[in-house]
Amino acid sequence: MSESKNLTLARAINEGLRRSLETDPKVLLMGEDIGALGGVFRVTDGLQKDFGEDRVVDTPLAESGILGTAIGLALRGYRPVCEIQFDGFIFPAYDQITTQLAKMGYRSGGALQVPVVIRVPYGGGIGAVEHHSESPEALFAHTAGLRVVSPSTPQDAYTMIQEAIASPDPVLFFEPKGRYWEKGPVDVAGRGEGATVLDRARVVRPGTDLTLVAYGPTVVTALRAAAAAEQEGRSVEVVDLRSISPLDTATVVESVRRTGRCVVVHEAPTYLGSGAEVAARVTEECFYSLEAPVLRVGGFHTPYPVAKIEHDYLPSLDRVLDAVDRAFAF
Amino acid sequence: MTENDARTSGASTPPDLPDVAGGPDDAPLVQLVTPAGARVTTPEADAYRERVAHLDADALRGLYRDMVLTRRFDDEATSLQRQGELGLYAQAKGQEAAQIGSGRALAPQDYVFPSYREHGVSHVRGVDPTARLRLFRGVDHGGWDPKEHNLHLYTLVIGSHTLHATGYAMGVQRDGLVGSGDPERDTAVVTYFGDGATSQGDVNEALVFAAVNNAPVVFFCQNNQWAISEPTTKQSRVPLYRRGSGFGVPSVRVDGNDVLACYAVTAEALERARSGGGPTFVEAFTYRMGAHTTSDDPTKYRSRAQEEYWRRRDPIERLENLLRAEGAWDDAFAADVEAEADALGERLRDEVRALGAPDPSTMFDHVYATPNAVVERERAWFADYQQSFEEPVAEVAR
Repeated sequence: MSESKNLTLARAINEGLRRSLETDPKVLLMGEDIGALGGVFRVTDGLQKDFGEDRVVDTPLAESGILGTAIGLALRGYRPVCEIQFDGFIFPAYDQITTQLAKMGYRSGGALQVPVVIRVPYGGGIGAVEHHSESPEALFAHTAGLRVVSPSTPQDAYTMIQEAIASPDPVLFFEPKGRYWEKGPVDVAGRGEGATVLDRARVVRPGTDLTLVAYGPTVVTALRAAAAAEQEGRSVEVVDLRSISPLDTATVVESVRRTGRCVVVHEAPTYLGSGAEVAARVTEECFYSLEAPVLRVGGFHTPYPVAKIEHDYLPSLDRVLDAVDRAFAF
Repeated sequence: MTENDARTSGASTPPDLPDVAGGPDDAPLVQLVTPAGARVTTPEADAYRERVAHLDADALRGLYRDMVLTRRFDDEATSLQRQGELGLYAQAKGQEAAQIGSGRALAPQDYVFPSYREHGVSHVRGVDPTARLRLFRGVDHGGWDPKEHNLHLYTLVIGSHTLHATGYAMGVQRDGLVGSGDPERDTAVVTYFGDGATSQGDVNEALVFAAVNNAPVVFFCQNNQWAISEPTTKQSRVPLYRRGSGFGVPSVRVDGNDVLACYAVTAEALERARSGGGPTFVEAFTYRMGAHTTSDDPTKYRSRAQEEYWRRRDPIERLENLLRAEGAWDDAFAADVEAEADALGERLRDEVRALGAPDPSTMFDHVYATPNAVVERERAWFADYQQSFEEPVAEVAR
């Protein structure tokens, strides 16, 4: 049975959180301003009113404290979902996430599980001040023991947040804040039973000549680029990774073996970014199918620039098309 | 004293303490037994005396046994490291009273988050002695199942686990296991850390979270005077126990070399936590008689006079003095404990030496709780790589 609603991505996450709170009494939300205010992006709007202050917890303003106590709650059998207010504010918790959360299951030989979800609004394009537009996902994907995912559509956001909460592993859930208000159909009757999507890449648009690999906020950009390329007679396939760790290499490799060209797009700096990992794996496994080197489009090796010039830093439609041109010209 | 200070007895820190940072001052120190083995009978000590009144001669001898076995474990582990059998070892020597006293005050359902020097606490929680050395042997990152002993694994990043303890205590609250009045249900959480850790942000955040949530957690700080080479003056301008009051957490300073005083203040703090009274900060004033770890060299930064001062205040000798003063010393019992310690040493030597390296392929185990494509791919590659070195057995035989 399906019940489709047209929801913004932010609302879809809200509905997913609500459903998790309803179905599992061990789920609780923690973060700064997530209660009465509903979070600075209102993603948790109304949840404290319906589930109470013990399950939707306004915490002290201390990110390491949020993560550290979430680990303790998880060890006691709870499933905390922590909100980090903005991408650039996650670093006080970086130690707890990388030295403690990521390694707890490993160092205990599997005796312990810490099913903590960390929600992080990330990415730019919203005209914000410093520390409010960053894409630090590769830093976490580099740490074994963590899962790192990012939805690109309201439907995926709704489904993936529930799957992240249900996962026995810790999950970094990167929310493309620049897409929070874009709407799409969401089947809110279930969480897509039977179809686990959390670590499965998805071919969003089929094509035959080039594969555009994207995730989170850049999937929409990739789709626009594919539509534009079609005008020039180029058939571009778009793959939404959904998960940065683990990478669904199989889906990407299958695509590139057919198309022979690959361009990876993300907002994070390309230098040592997740696109580099995709490029390396595609090169290893598709070497004899490649017509051109794997190219990357993303942020530069600079701090995130000021808002007035951020659109020159971000992978715009034109920069993606430029990379597509270069791949065909090779 | 602030109104947040917990009740304290009158005995103060000995005035002749040589060059010990944060040492002699007028901070009240709970003491129930003097270094000479006499009971402290000041009116201020009365409330704490009540908390150890049930400890008869047998129980005191039990504490003595715990401390001697912990000391022997320490000495044997240090020797094993010197012989190359352990990569590293962090000694607890001198802190036996703080660890055994607090540890024996725990109820079975209480949960403990230790740092990495709490060998006396892991003894009390029934962790196999050899298992405690797996981490130092380099064959394990943990060594035991925390849930089996209600003792979390040692945490090496200073202070991180105080937040885990606080979160765990918030979970205990949500489970309705605080303030029910049932002593077999109500649960407290204890976290152990040192003087250096009090400077960590995580410890301060843990105190914030514990305070505002009124979480049932006891912050047990063993001030052993040294954070590797840095004295407590590098960490604080005030006695460490006063850290608690700024957070609204009742605080108490106890003679950390007095096992009965440590038992009493911990029992009080645990009772406060279990009954819904919230967190307590305990500063156990003690001394790290050994090095920070086997890689350390204390002669570089502290005086022999200071070590000698504390050697004269050895916590095990103090308990022996008490037992003798009260006619509870028994040579046959002491000989039995010595024999048990000898047996422990022999067993440790045999078992630790027998701990072989795990199969290299186990490095891929338990990275994730769910199957992970990246890890499984690398596991498979590594297995193939290893196999490529193996000679075909049949051909060799020919």
